Amino acid sequence: MIRLTNLSKTFGAGSRAVKALADVDLHVPQGQIHGVIGLSGAGKSTLIRCVNLLERPTSGTVEVDGQTLTSLSGPALNQARHRIGMIFQHFNLLTSRTVFANIALPLELMGVKRDEITKRVTPLLELVGLADKAQQYPAQLSGGQKQRVAIARALASRPQVLLCDEATSALDPHTTASILELLKDINQKLGLTILLITHEMEVVKSICHRVSLISGGRLVEEADVGDFFTAPRTQLGRDFLNEFLELEPPRELIDRLEQTPGPNSHPVVRLAFSGDAVSTPLISRLARECGVDVSILQAKVESIQERTLGLMIAELMGDAEDTRRALAYLQSHDLTVEVLGHVQRDV
Amino acid sequence: MSSAMFNLILEATLDTLYMVAVSGVIAALVGIPLGVLLYVTRPGQILAQPVLQSVLGIITNIGRSIPFIILMVAIIPFTRMLVGSSIGTNAAAVPLTIAAIPFIARLVEGALNEISPGLVEAAQSMGATPWQIITKVLLPEARGGIFTALTVTAVTLVSYSAMAGAVGGGGLGDLGIRYGYNRFNPTIMLITVAILVVMVQAFQSLGDYLVRKSDHK
Repeated sequence: MIRLTNLSKTFGAGSRAVKALADVDLHVPQGQIHGVIGLSGAGKSTLIRCVNLLERPTSGTVEVDGQTLTSLSGPALNQARHRIGMIFQHFNLLTSRTVFANIALPLELMGVKRDEITKRVTPLLELVGLADKAQQYPAQLSGGQKQRVAIARALASRPQVLLCDEATSALDPHTTASILELLKDINQKLGLTILLITHEMEVVKSICHRVSLISGGRLVEEADVGDFFTAPRTQLGRDFLNEFLELEPPRELIDRLEQTPGPNSHPVVRLAFSGDAVSTPLISRLARECGVDVSILQAKVESIQERTLGLMIAELMGDAEDTRRALAYLQSHDLTVEVLGHVQRDV
Repeated sequence: MSSAMFNLILEATLDTLYMVAVSGVIAALVGIPLGVLLYVTRPGQILAQPVLQSVLGIITNIGRSIPFIILMVAIIPFTRMLVGSSIGTNAAAVPLTIAAIPFIARLVEGALNEISPGLVEAAQSMGATPWQIITKVLLPEARGGIFTALTVTAVTLVSYSAMAGAVGGGGLGDLGIRYGYNRFNPTIMLITVAILVVMVQAFQSLGDYLVRKSDHK
């Protein structure tokens, strides 16, 4: 539904040129929610603004629903934009218009007749749960309500694609959750394809099917969300994940971690269980079958896209032979094992 | 007060209102679009035209920098051409209008500048044309600011129109100078000043009311 090919964007020229996007390739199939996550300044905003050509890419093509937007301009581009909804971090509602009139705006722009507008705005108000606020002004609404109005407005032209530019970054966690729920709902009910950018792993975790990691204007990693949370392939991905899960070994242990095993050392491992492995009593079996003791330093269970994910940091205590067997045992099961290092034990 | 005097004052008041109304309305009709043009042709704006923008900007600044009393005298030939005379209320309305146009334009440009760029961006993302952005986003969002601009202009026009009186433009300024100053009639002077004060108050209150009504922020 959305296909970005070899997309680059450079701001400025000559020695002051700043490359905001470099060779970005991205494909979002119909009905998918795709998240692009990155730190600020990574190029997220430029990326999403290139999709509806609010920012014109320096090179490369943007295709939405089979139409090459980068070859369009003027009225043809405006026509194409009617089929792409967009919501923003700061909502961007018109203060001079009521909730109803804000949602009606895109329809007015398309030249839809007045009675037809009423017919289309009313169900949208109900969809976003603001039927009783139709005649209020945005200033009278809370942040979450404003974003609901913005969502209804973005849907008014019946787009196939919704772009979300940090749509929940200005909202508190509770409101964020309710807006994400609404987006998920819309995605399922209307089959809308959603591309969103965010710096919050929570957003990716709650609603995305697939995720891309952006850094320095490049997409450095792309994966299904379940896989990404189980085993990110890049260091940046691991940093995002660890920070999100707050899953780091205790400070004093990190300081003592050695990269190579010593004569009396124990491996410290990070285990990520998913699927069946979550419900298997692996740790007690490990202790029984390999004769090692397992000291759990940290553990948590997350639910991601109907998949349950268990994460654990543990020290395997035993002699060299036992711990080697224990590692082999873990690796033979359906879980991701990462040896963080070895910690020397006093004898 | 004699009825002759009363009639004189009434006539002068109506003359002032007439000059302010005529020049205010015409200046608004020209100044508001000019202010919009100054804004939308800025670099990075929806109809960016940097050359046109700076030319318009310079013309506007020239208009604003000429003292009104000099402008009034300087454009007498133009005024004659337009209304056939250089004295009277119609003749005074010409320089008043010309002085008010750049004044309104800059104030409107300032009001538009207060609008969050995100709103224009949102409209663009909906496929709005530049004309739609102007009529459906910029002007409605700046309505309060534009009313403020028109109020300030009306008040300024009241005082400028009094100046126009000095060169035979008629109205309260004319009355105040001829009767109050030249013939040293303090009663007339006080009455003219009082009427001008009330007039300014009335314009300001009306303006404030319109601004309040259009503000939903």
